[in-house]
Amino acid sequence: MRTVLRRSLGLAWVLPALVLVGVFVYLPLAQNFGFSTLEWDIYSGAQQYVGLDNYRKLVDDPVFWGSFGNNVLYAVLSIVFQVFGALLLAVLIESVRGERWRRALRAVYFVPSAISLTVAGLLFYFVYEPNLGLLNNALEAAGLGGLAQPWLGQESTAMHAVIAMSQWQGFGYSTLLFAVAIQRIPGEIYGAAAIDGAGPVRRLIHVTIPLVREMTGLMTVVTISGAFQVFNEVMVMTSGGPDNSTQVLGTWLYRSGFVRNDFGYAAAIATVIFVVTLALALAQLWVARRRKVDW
Amino acid sequence: MTRVGFLGAIARVFMWAFLLALVVVVVYPLLWMVLNGFKSNAELFGDPFALPVDWSLDSYRKAWNRGVSDYLTTSVLVTVTSTVATVLVSAWAAYGLTRVAIPLNKTITGLILGGLMLAPTVALVPLVKMFQAMGLYNSFWALLILYTAFRVPFTTFLIRAYMIDLPREVDEAAEVDGAGRWTAFWRIILPMCKPIIISTVMLHVLFAWNEYLFAMVFTSGSGVQTLPVGLMSLMSKHGTDFSVVFAGMVIAAAPVVLLFFLGQRYIVKGLADGIGK
Repeated sequence: MRTVLRRSLGLAWVLPALVLVGVFVYLPLAQNFGFSTLEWDIYSGAQQYVGLDNYRKLVDDPVFWGSFGNNVLYAVLSIVFQVFGALLLAVLIESVRGERWRRALRAVYFVPSAISLTVAGLLFYFVYEPNLGLLNNALEAAGLGGLAQPWLGQESTAMHAVIAMSQWQGFGYSTLLFAVAIQRIPGEIYGAAAIDGAGPVRRLIHVTIPLVREMTGLMTVVTISGAFQVFNEVMVMTSGGPDNSTQVLGTWLYRSGFVRNDFGYAAAIATVIFVVTLALALAQLWVARRRKVDW
Repeated sequence: MTRVGFLGAIARVFMWAFLLALVVVVVYPLLWMVLNGFKSNAELFGDPFALPVDWSLDSYRKAWNRGVSDYLTTSVLVTVTSTVATVLVSAWAAYGLTRVAIPLNKTITGLILGGLMLAPTVALVPLVKMFQAMGLYNSFWALLILYTAFRVPFTTFLIRAYMIDLPREVDEAAEVDGAGRWTAFWRIILPMCKPIIISTVMLHVLFAWNEYLFAMVFTSGSGVQTLPVGLMSLMSKHGTDFSVVFAGMVIAAAPVVLLFFLGQRYIVKGLADGIGK
């Protein structure tokens, strides 16, 4: 009996963490499912049970599907640049002679990831600005003035412009992580490959890429998950406009709940984000648990 | 020169050209931001590539007086308090999970680390209702609580992975000395975890300083706006005075860039360990 008591006393160490996570992370998550079945005006407090109506509304809502499509586009382009692009860049950096140069390059590329998405987003709002912005002025200086356009102000380019900013902000982060993974590959393996007569390209394909595949898998999952949680940069640069063309699930949730005062519908969008991100988190666990790369 | 050596030299030239071009793409917009803070508003609409004419600190002064000093104070307060709270709560939890025999250890570990999988957006609507009911909506406390609760899983994950590798003998030696658990934690285990504690502190500072979703939803209507939210207010209130906005952006970005260069080693280690190791 005394040992049971003593052992339970040890729970005091984990209690603060459990309470915080339980009350502010798990409880709202559970409540969200309930809220998604309500027609709910948060200001008047009026609530009415409507079953799956909010989900039906979701299926018929073109802006929801547009947002979902934008999240998918975000994920695809981020995988191209922040996973595969970053992997190749990390290989290039690690092939530079002199640790001093390698460290400087990694650090400089990372700086945009240290500043907030709000600052980066605002900065690119100005870079894309049609009159005083860097981009149009640079195009004109290069004699390509015909390409100048209101990047964020028209549906055809706005989403790509936002995603491009996000690649600028985030590629240094994934490059850094790939560089760490490459550094963990023992030098003897490259030495052996060089003795076998493998050139740089063959070393890349047969040594580096297979040996960092665990990191590649994790980065892919983390990147997709991040793409479905995008909010900050869209909010700062376009607020979802023009004409909802840059709306993503996060901003559409915000707009539905906090601007259009339709909280039940916002909760239904949250459920979609939950399902997607949970599936990806489980995929991440699966990748991480798989047998680690042996060397 | 051999053929291979010649090709290798050309490849190296291209490689450096590419790497340096990318440096320009990264650095030039940042440099432009800093320079624009020194320009007058009229200059901003002139040649965007020109240097400031008289390097005026006017915009920085204006930004500071138009709210940035308040936003900075709030950001510092929220960052410091939530960092202390998160790291302490997480270190306690990691200690309980790795060095103390507690019942249901596996379940509790799963519960705390499972929080890593949940996106803040998903909990947003219920959290607003919850904080309104508690009377904490639009307050400093909302941010402190949320930044702590949502970062405890990640921070515990990192500290736990480090503590689990400390040798058993450490606890035994502490027991021989007659030190209770509380003393052993503060005097022995926590100091041994210094490298990972520094990493988690820095990662949390980066997070809390830059966070936008919670800051916007929970404090935008109040006097406790953090820098990211404050910058957007600055933009909407003084949207035509662009150089002031640029100055505000520089003030918001400078501390974290500095922190990164000072603590690069720890930040890199934390990030590398955090991604599923």
